[in-house]
This record gives sequence, structure tokens and C-alpha cells, in this order.
Amino acid sequence: MQRVYLDNNATTPVLPEVFEAMRPYFGEQFGNASSIHHHGQETRAAVEGAREAVAELLDCSASEIVFTSGGTESDNLAVAGLLKAGDHVITSSIEHHAVLHAVKHLEEMGCEITVVPVDESCLVDPADVKRALRPNTRLVTIMMANNETGVLQPVEEIGKVAAEAGVLFHTDAVQAAGKVAISVKRIGCHALSISSHKLHGPQGVGALYLQKGTRLQPLFHGGRHERSRRAGTENVPGIVGLGQAAKLARDGMEKGAAAKLAAMRDELERQVLEQIEDTCVNGTGAARVTNTSNIRFGHIEGEALVIALDLKGLAVSTGAACSSGAIEPSHVLIAMGLRPEQARTSIRFSLGKQTTQADVDFALNLLPGTVSRLRDLSPTYHKKAVTT
Amino acid sequence: MSGGVDSSTVAAMLRAEGHNIIGLTMQLWNQRRLAGREGMPESVQGRCCSLDDVYDARRVAQQIGIPYYVVNHEESFERDVVRPFVEEYLSGRTPIPCSLCNNHLKFEQLHLVARQIGAERVATGHYARVGFEEKAQRWWLKRPADLGKDQTYFLFGLTQEQLSRTMFPLGELTKPEVRERARRHGLALAEKPDSQEICFVPGGDYKRFIDAYLAEQGESLPDTAGELVTTSGEIIGDHGGIHNFTVGQRKGLGVATGSPLYVIQISGANRQVVVGSDEHLYSRQLRARRVNLISVEDLHEPMRVAVKIRHRHEPAPAMIEKTGEDEIRVTFDQPQRAITPGQAAVFYDGEVVVGGGWIV
Repeated sequence: MQRVYLDNNATTPVLPEVFEAMRPYFGEQFGNASSIHHHGQETRAAVEGAREAVAELLDCSASEIVFTSGGTESDNLAVAGLLKAGDHVITSSIEHHAVLHAVKHLEEMGCEITVVPVDESCLVDPADVKRALRPNTRLVTIMMANNETGVLQPVEEIGKVAAEAGVLFHTDAVQAAGKVAISVKRIGCHALSISSHKLHGPQGVGALYLQKGTRLQPLFHGGRHERSRRAGTENVPGIVGLGQAAKLARDGMEKGAAAKLAAMRDELERQVLEQIEDTCVNGTGAARVTNTSNIRFGHIEGEALVIALDLKGLAVSTGAACSSGAIEPSHVLIAMGLRPEQARTSIRFSLGKQTTQADVDFALNLLPGTVSRLRDLSPTYHKKAVTT
Repeated sequence: MSGGVDSSTVAAMLRAEGHNIIGLTMQLWNQRRLAGREGMPESVQGRCCSLDDVYDARRVAQQIGIPYYVVNHEESFERDVVRPFVEEYLSGRTPIPCSLCNNHLKFEQLHLVARQIGAERVATGHYARVGFEEKAQRWWLKRPADLGKDQTYFLFGLTQEQLSRTMFPLGELTKPEVRERARRHGLALAEKPDSQEICFVPGGDYKRFIDAYLAEQGESLPDTAGELVTTSGEIIGDHGGIHNFTVGQRKGLGVATGSPLYVIQISGANRQVVVGSDEHLYSRQLRARRVNLISVEDLHEPMRVAVKIRHRHEPAPAMIEKTGEDEIRVTFDQPQRAITPGQAAVFYDGEVVVGGGWIV
């Protein structure tokens, strides 16, 4: 069966160049990067080369990059590493659970938290962040691009609010890296998380930018790796893969990859809205990363649509999977003011570097018929007339 | 696919027969919700919808090579099964959540999902048989080959439309034969023990469950305390709430008398629990409402059948007669013990399920 993958915000395929760059480090170049001998020196060089590539992607110096096991660890390291009991932290209602749950955990450990809302376009208002400041506020953590809607947050303005107040600012840039240019200097953040597998690198590796001079309590203890910020033998093949992916992402951005994705994404949205009645795009009122489209199909169950499309070869997603794998309504869409039944009608399409116009056409061929069959069987569709 | 032996074996059998199949597991209840509350157990291992069961179901699907999905129906399960279960007890009746789950979830919601994703029929691991009768032009439901595992009592609510899209591949097999097939298909869970209790009520302690559920909902247990009266109307004591009782119950009445006393009747309206001797538990008649007929379209004249009034009850000979638009009167040849409002009365003509209704 032909299979088309439009779920690149979940994960992206490893690019062949990335895989090739990693390959030697599963074989002949196997040394522990902390070893003093030849083998260690070889892999140390590879790790530091990757660190420089990631630093270039984020516009920082290499010594400010900490390699981790992925976006979730980077977020947890930033949140738990920068806060202590009694501190106040400001976050938003649309953060990834890696931030939201980490912050909730810290609340149980004696931190105070404020969750600022978003408007119907999925945007945080920097004025809300400012209003939430308290004398004991230590950290603001607000994401750069939302994973479900793709909406870009006003991180530079939030950075200014934080700077004026003299508090730390962390941003989860997992869904932004590789899709928009990132400069930690322009954002004015003290910490920033990225994940390798969201930008065509391997799974299981990520990085945290940590501004020089920012004191961090490590999560892991057991060695001086990563300048004592993250103990544990480096995942050399993974780090090399991330470095190569970062380099390719930067090259791609210079060559206009984002505009190419925007053209396909916009065409997908235009055709869906035109061909299928009772549809609308979530988060259109704001600037978005160019690969993401979150579309509401009135009177369908998103879960059933995702399954029906998967059985026909199209991979897309809806909501957030709970531990069993069942779907729960998206907390992001709920935070934007959608009712749970509206949130459940929403599907996320996310394009990647490998996506072609033929892939988009495949989706466009499949959608009208599948949506119409689901609607014919929907208990609420025939009663309707109003737009959800 | 519940992650148990029966549905897993169904999947493996159908796959081996060459059907194009999709595995679905319904996520119905989050056991963690009430864990540790009001004395509920902290551990949620090995219960319905536990992660272990979903893991088992998914592994079977992977092993036999079929697409597999978990579909979330927690909201509907709570609305259509858990809430009514709690409310029935609080009204002095003894509910059967499994029938509600079959009617509202498995044969309505799951069938809907199945049709939406393009499936023609839904196969389950129920022990029952389904087929089409040319002469009457009706779909029939019959008791299975293994009468010890008969689940038709919980399936009386199935409509013709639902039956037409249903497959019960285990209907001709006994449980040991099913386990044998599971072993033959190399399923690691072939020896997994059967589930027994109501899936969302750990240990079968429904009183504790009701306490915990209401506490979680921020609702207080309604005061349904009242009087214990004898069949002749004499007040002999007080009780702490009608939901603590079920018809036929002997223990826990809290009164000492010479002869054993049983709950004969629970009156939700005036909160009275009527107690009496064993002989008062016997009755020849009952009325069933919310009736569903399967083998016949309507009941134009009285019909001789055998009627089952609880899951573990040998069908007893009786006449059924339509007494209202949605009401059937059952008159047994012999008085039956502990006819319990809230339970189902299911009518059988030999092995054929005629239909059934809810005892009022």
C-alpha cells in the first residue's frame, strides 16, 4: 500500500546524510568521548563538531550547548535545574506536557506556578506574563512554536519582559528548530530546548542551550560530562546525527525550505476548506511555522478519521495519546477556547523535508470521501446546519 | 480486543482464516481515577482497561500482523454505564452494567467506529451464536455450545441491525477449546485467567466503589437510610441506606431474630427495606420494561418460553404476554426465588433468544 506521512511534528524520518554521518560511530569509531586515548579523542572531536553545528543553528557559542536524551529531558533539565522550592514560575496553558507536567511536579515540591492563558489564535499575551510577575518569580518558560497548531509565540517580547524583571527565560523550541531561524540572542532567553528527531535527526537525543553563567542544578549525577551539567557517557552516534541534522536544517533554511513547505501547506488548507464544507483552520489568526496545519472537520470524530485515513495509507494525528494509546482531547485546543467536542473534530497535518506535492495530493484525494463517509454515519451531522 | 484469551483468540482465528481484520480496544475506564480513594485499592494491575491488558491486546495484534488501535470511549462509558450503575443502586435496584456496556458501548459506539473506519462487521469474543433465518427474514441470537460460558443474558438488547453486523466466532467452542486454539496460534496469553467481576469495580465491592465515585465527583452520598419492615408491615429496625441491599440478601441486616431473614423488597420511594422469611422471596410473576425482541418482531399473543432472571439462573418455564407498549408480563410455572428489579429477564425458546427486558 502507498503510505504518505504527514505527521512530522510527531517525528521526522532521519535524512540519508544524517544516517551516513552517524554510521561510523556504530562501528570503527566507538570510543568513549571521555577517554584520553586515540579512540576517545576521535569521538570527542565528533561530539564537539556536533556541538558547534547546534550552536550555529541557535546563534550561541558551543560551550552553551548541553546534549540530552531529547526534548523532554531538555525541558525537565531547564525547569527543574533553574528552580528551587519557594520560587515562582510562569508558564502557559499550551506548553508541551514535558514543561507542564515538570512544572506541576515542582509545584508539589514547593514552587509556585502561574499558567497564563492564550487567546483563540493560540497566542500568549506578553502583558499577561508581565502581570503574573511576583517578587519571587525566578523563571518564565513559554514555548516558541506550538506543536499542535504551529503558532509562533511572541518570544522576543516575552524575553524583554523577563529581562526587565530580571528573571530567567526558558523557551521550548522543539517544534521551531529547523522550521524558523532561531537566535537565542534576539529572543533573549537563558535556556532553550531542542529535539533531534523533530528536525530529521535520530530519536533519543536533544540539546539544551544554557546561557553562559546561568547556574543549573543537574538532573543526573555521576560524572563531569557536559561540563557537569549532564552526567553520563555521551550518545555519540545520536549527537553526531543531531549535529548533521542541525547543519542541514540551517542550509535548508538558507535555501528557502520553509517557503517551499508553506506553499504546500497553504495549498492543502485552501483545497480542504474549498472542497469540504464545515471545516476551518485552528490558529490561523497568528503567525505559524510553515509545516503545520490543524484543521477542524465539523461533526466528525477525529480519532475515527485518523484511523480511517491510516487504514488507507495516510498518517496524520489528533489530540494527545494517553498511556494506553487512546486519544484525549487536546489541551492546546481547549486552552484556545474550543469545546471538547470541537477539539475532538480536529486533525493535525504536519509536513516535513521529504514531503512532496504528490503527498499533499494523496491527502487531498483521500479526505473528501473519508470525511463524507464519517459524516454520513455521524449521529449529529444531519441535525446540523451551524458551523462548529 | 480486551487483552483476554477470548477476543485475542477470535483475532488469531479470523486472521488465520484470511479475513482482512483490524484490532480495536475500547478504553472505557481509567482505573487510576479512584485508586486509593475511600478505601479503593492503590494498585490497579490486572483490571479492565489496565495498561497490562492494552499491552497484551497490542502484542497479539503485532504478533498476528494486523493494524491495531485503542479508541477512547471513557466519556460514554461513564455516562451510559457507570452513572446509571450508581444511580440504580441508590434507587434500590441491582443493576447489570455488562448489559448496558454491550448495548451502549460495544454494539453501538464500537459498531459506529467500525463502520466509520470501513469495517463491514464486528467480531467479539462473546460466547453466543448469531445467524440469519431465511423464513422469518430475521437475524437470530442463540445460546453457545458451551452453556457454562453463555453470555446471551447480557446480549438481549441487540437490534436486528446490530446482529447483522456481528460475528461471534467462539459460539461453537468450549472454553478449553478456545484455550487450545490460543495455544495453537502461539498466543502467549493462552493461560491468562478469566476475568470474573464487574470490570470497573475492584474486588466486586460496589459499595466502596459508589463511595469513591461520589467522593471524586464532589457529590455526597444521598441519605437513603430508612426502616426495616417485615412483610406484614411491622417496623423492626433501621438501616443505613438502601444501596447496601439487594433482593435475596441474608447477611448484614443487623437484626437478630429466631428465623433467618432475607431482603424481600427494596422500596426506593419510602426508603423501606422489606424483610421476611425465605418463602416470601418466591414469586410467580414479574414485569419487564424497555423490552427488546429478537426472534420475533412483536408479541401478538402469549408465548411459552423459558426465562432467565439473573446471569447464573437456569431458564425457568413461563408464559410471556404483552401488557403494554413497552411492557411484558412474565408468569412462571413455578415460583422463582429473588426476582430482582434492575436485573434483566431474558426469554428463551430452547436455545433461541426470543428477547428480554428490564425487571421493574
